[in-house]
Amino acid sequence: MATGQTFDIVVVGAGPAGLAAAIEAAKRGARTLVVDENNKPGGQLFKQIHKFFGSHEHRAGVRGYDIGRQLLDEAAKCGVEVWLDAVVHGLFNQRLAVLREGRQVTVEAGRIILATGASENAVAFPGSTLPGVMGAGAIQTMINVHRVLPGNRFVMLGSGNVGLIVCYQLMQAGAEVLAVVEAMPSIGGYGVHAAKIRRAGVPILVGTTISRVVGQGKVESVVLATLGPDGKIDPQSERTLAADTVGLAVGLTPLTELAWMAGCEFFFSPKLGGHLPLHDDNMLTSLPYLYVAGDITGVEEASTAMEEGRLAGIAAAESLGLLAAAAAAADKAAVRQRIDVLRSGPFGEGRRLAKAEILQQQALRSRQGGQSWKA
Amino acid sequence: MRVEKHPVLGDRKVGRMVTISVDGAEIEAVEGEPIAAALLAQGMIVMRKTPRFGEPRGVFCGIGRCTDCAMTVDGVPNVRTCVTPVKAGMVITSNLKGGGE
Repeated sequence: MATGQTFDIVVVGAGPAGLAAAIEAAKRGARTLVVDENNKPGGQLFKQIHKFFGSHEHRAGVRGYDIGRQLLDEAAKCGVEVWLDAVVHGLFNQRLAVLREGRQVTVEAGRIILATGASENAVAFPGSTLPGVMGAGAIQTMINVHRVLPGNRFVMLGSGNVGLIVCYQLMQAGAEVLAVVEAMPSIGGYGVHAAKIRRAGVPILVGTTISRVVGQGKVESVVLATLGPDGKIDPQSERTLAADTVGLAVGLTPLTELAWMAGCEFFFSPKLGGHLPLHDDNMLTSLPYLYVAGDITGVEEASTAMEEGRLAGIAAAESLGLLAAAAAAADKAAVRQRIDVLRSGPFGEGRRLAKAEILQQQALRSRQGGQSWKA
Repeated sequence: MRVEKHPVLGDRKVGRMVTISVDGAEIEAVEGEPIAAALLAQGMIVMRKTPRFGEPRGVFCGIGRCTDCAMTVDGVPNVRTCVTPVKAGMVITSNLKGGGE
């Protein structure tokens, strides 16, 4: 095993949250390393070929992959070191065990920021394990990054933004989308994304689910059914679509393995995707050296992930004494204000309330004195 | 099928084409793309069969977490093909008969 290297701050995950965190930390003088298991940095940004929403500050109108390139350029300019093909498989207090390009190395860190993201949920129905049933994100990676269509005729399960956007991008890539299927009584994602695919003739079938997928060794057809008022499938309503690929866009779950291993306190938030590390408004967990940012703290979207990363990066640098309290307070207030904007409006309200609940829980447990919350 | 033309991304930039062997068949692949992408481009969507029941499996998550796309690559079993880049001359087998590796 190679002898350990030492960094002020080690960030796990080179997606939008991790890169933004590393940039802010490095700008303030922290010797910063970003470690990512993939062989390309950028997380999911490079498959996001749509224009982002929000304000000018949130780079509205800029496509995801351009934001990814800007982050990488900025990280390089700030002197952030990036290790790719490097899996963090162990966290022992402030020491990380890393399998880097097949070799074991250990890294010592003053502060650790976990920005590990989230993974797609699966859903079980007869035939759901057949080849041709894929995560919507996997489809998006194949068509937009690798330029390969994994099928020809698609059915998408789930009408949240991921499901809607991937359907539009499938059509841009030349595929046929037969339907979007949504168990809830209304469309989950933004009206603007839904309108784009409906204008192109794709029906969004609410109150409907996939009752089963049929095929010899691969997807050959998809049986849809309407859900009754009791939430059960109405067998009379079954009809078959001749699809060869099914996308599952049924939510994401935070990737929290390293946080569990570290032993920080957790909180269950169904709205934000499940069990996630409790954190304060500096993104600090219950462990004094461990910060979190992005989807690991609750599934939202890339703009919020970047802002949370900035907050964690500034706070971690501050805790190392790299900037004065007054300067840090001003920098963090600006970021928090932008986060509040991202969590406003009818779609942001649920996330804002769920995040507020995390901070309340953190404050409560902190008062009870169970863990070493930093003041 | 490869996405050659795209309204946002433009024409596909053709990387260096190499040959790999999949269950004895030679296929063309782009150097550096994930093995799974090369297979999907050829319409090959079954990556393996499960050891006990012999059920077929293909790419599910595409980010190296679910392991449904694992194949034997250059003699190494259980390689996640969705995150393993293509190199010229790779020999890949799918374990389509099922059974443990």
